[in-house]
Amino acid sequence: MAAVQKPLNPKSVVTGLAVELRNVSVFYSDYRAVANVSLPIRRNKITAFIGPSGCGKSTVLRSINRMNDLVSGARVEGEIIYNGHNLYAPHVDPVEVRRRIGMVFQKPNPFPKSIFDNVAYAPRLLGIRDRNTLMQIVERSLRQAALWDEVKSDLNKSGLALSGGQQQRLCIARAIAVEPDVILMDEPASALDPIATQRIEELMRELQEHYTIVIVTHNMQQAQRVSDYTAFFNIRKAVQNGVETRWGELVEYGETAQVFNAPRQEETADYIAGRFG
Amino acid sequence: MLVEQRISHIHEYTIGAPIQAIKSTTSDLRARPRIHERLIKLLLLLCGAISILTTIGLVAILGQESLSFFTRVSWEDSNKQIVVDLSATAVDNILKVSQSGAVIDSEVIRLDDEELRVISIEGDTITVERGYNNTEIAPHRAGIDIYTADTVSLIEFFTGTEWSPQVGKFGVLPLVNATLMTSFIAMLVAIPLGMGAAIYMSEYARPKVRAVIKPVLEILAGIPTVVFGFFALTFMTPLLRSIFGIHNVEIFNTASAGIVVGLLITPLISSMAEDALSAVPQSLREASYGLGATRLETTIKVVLPAATSGIIAAFIVAISRAIGETMIVAIAAGSGPNFTFNPFAAAETMTGHIARISGGDLSYDSIDYNSIFAIGMTLFMMTFALNMFSRRVIARFREQY
Ligand SMILES: Nc1ncnc2c1ncn2[C@@H]1O[C@H](COP(=O)(O)OP(=O)(O)O)[C@@H](O)[C@H]1O
Ligand SMILES: [Mg+2]
Repeated sequence: MAAVQKPLNPKSVVTGLAVELRNVSVFYSDYRAVANVSLPIRRNKITAFIGPSGCGKSTVLRSINRMNDLVSGARVEGEIIYNGHNLYAPHVDPVEVRRRIGMVFQKPNPFPKSIFDNVAYAPRLLGIRDRNTLMQIVERSLRQAALWDEVKSDLNKSGLALSGGQQQRLCIARAIAVEPDVILMDEPASALDPIATQRIEELMRELQEHYTIVIVTHNMQQAQRVSDYTAFFNIRKAVQNGVETRWGELVEYGETAQVFNAPRQEETADYIAGRFG
Repeated sequence: MLVEQRISHIHEYTIGAPIQAIKSTTSDLRARPRIHERLIKLLLLLCGAISILTTIGLVAILGQESLSFFTRVSWEDSNKQIVVDLSATAVDNILKVSQSGAVIDSEVIRLDDEELRVISIEGDTITVERGYNNTEIAPHRAGIDIYTADTVSLIEFFTGTEWSPQVGKFGVLPLVNATLMTSFIAMLVAIPLGMGAAIYMSEYARPKVRAVIKPVLEILAGIPTVVFGFFALTFMTPLLRSIFGIHNVEIFNTASAGIVVGLLITPLISSMAEDALSAVPQSLREASYGLGATRLETTIKVVLPAATSGIIAAFIVAISRAIGETMIVAIAAGSGPNFTFNPFAAAETMTGHIARISGGDLSYDSIDYNSIFAIGMTLFMMTFALNMFSRRVIARFREQY
């Protein structure tokens, strides 16, 4: 894959952190879905979120680029620091946040437009109109997403005419077209077959050179294969006034090899060994 | 313990009981007559058949009556006379005409009560077939007038710019033009209003607000059109007159009627378009927001294009409704065909004309009576063409998401 070089952000080399979550709690109306998560997201590394279904992995992920703002009643407490700014400070525009912190969803969701128009969507939002410039961006993004060779002959074909795996790589190409700092991926391979999954995993390793990646996965082998750091979340339960409440908490964070081979928490060990519930 | 209880519960019902039932049926595999199922099937078929038969019947009547409009013969004095006596024998078939016969442009002519079919015309000599249409061959004296048969040709009907049946002018264009004017003005009003409301409800309004707005808009659609008609006459027309000047705007005019028809069909567009917009999957909106698009950008660049076919369907239904709308235009657009492009002048639409002349003392089998059906047929063909067109457009832009 001929990736186009992107200069590293010098500031990031110093801090080594792309994003930092400080004591983050996320609420859906009155319901606290996730409580007190503190977590570093290291630059040009892949961080995996693992944990049982409903523990709040997606919720935390979506709070990083303020996608939760779209859910009415959703609210975040705590701080998410990006480039020295709190993303939840009052003056911050979520639209600007999402241009720098992109997202790839569980189910491939290309627009019902041509492959070209899919990838050119975000650059056009930034006001790029020149056809040649757009073409360069589209080619670079599709090459980075390892899709160029398969689609270069017919960029006018509908994005929906591609296979599931190709659609997901198109969504990745679309997300990286404006060169975000961070790419959030919510179970990007869970709707794909094993071969397409493998391609996505290889792709993430290649993208890592230019981007910081956070991936939610329910597949522990995948987390081990692909990530540098792993955050394990679990569900907490408590009975208050006779009513059971549940919420998600971060149990353990560390280098992936350490989390899987020498977990510090017994809970983590149980989950990894498949003893949970 | 709870889990165990539940499992045993399931066993009892799904494994225990049904086996008995299966056994009893498998012992006898012959098909049993299911009379009530057949009866219901027949009843449902009947419902479909009735609406299809009604449509066929309507089209048949329309077609038959318009056919008699176009084949109806009216005799006109050609102001030419024959100059040689004609005997009562069929072989006497050469007419000498006072002026050049070539001026006679009708296939059938009449002398007294006898009809003659024109075979050829050379200068002032016309060769005819005597006793045409089973009329009696009679002797004719030199000097009697030649009557020519006049029918309304399709060309005259569709290209003539004057409609006055009393003097035999049957150009439908003034009526079609007025219909197109009111419908166009209506769409000019209804598309922005309806789409604005649809986009607001689907993309911006919170569920509670939407739950109020949508029914209110639909109530608007339920107001009787006669009320809209008087609203046009007593509110919209005075409003237009105060804006554009009392001398520029006639009391009856297509602008006022068109605007009010537009208000009538706005809920139709907003309701159907809102359904189309709401059907666009949330995942597409999320994809767009995730790429840093604002709500407006997402609506214009993703949601609207993805809902194209449903939106066009809404427009077509609305145009059809506007073309067919009768009461408002009958009250406010004017009575009397008028071929004009001035929206502030009175002009009668196709529906308005039909409503007016069928309301008066219309004698059965008169040319006026038949003309109603010819206009009705034209109206039907317009909406039919729109319908066909919309089917193609919808198939072309079918949502694939
Ligand atoms: N839009 C929402 N509105 C209300 N509750 C939600 C919403 N999304 C998620 N939740 C709740 O938040 C909790 C965490 O969900 P989620 O982040 O999707 O978990 P995970 O991705 O780990 O499976 C769950 O209890 C879920 O029901
Ligand atoms: Mg999830």
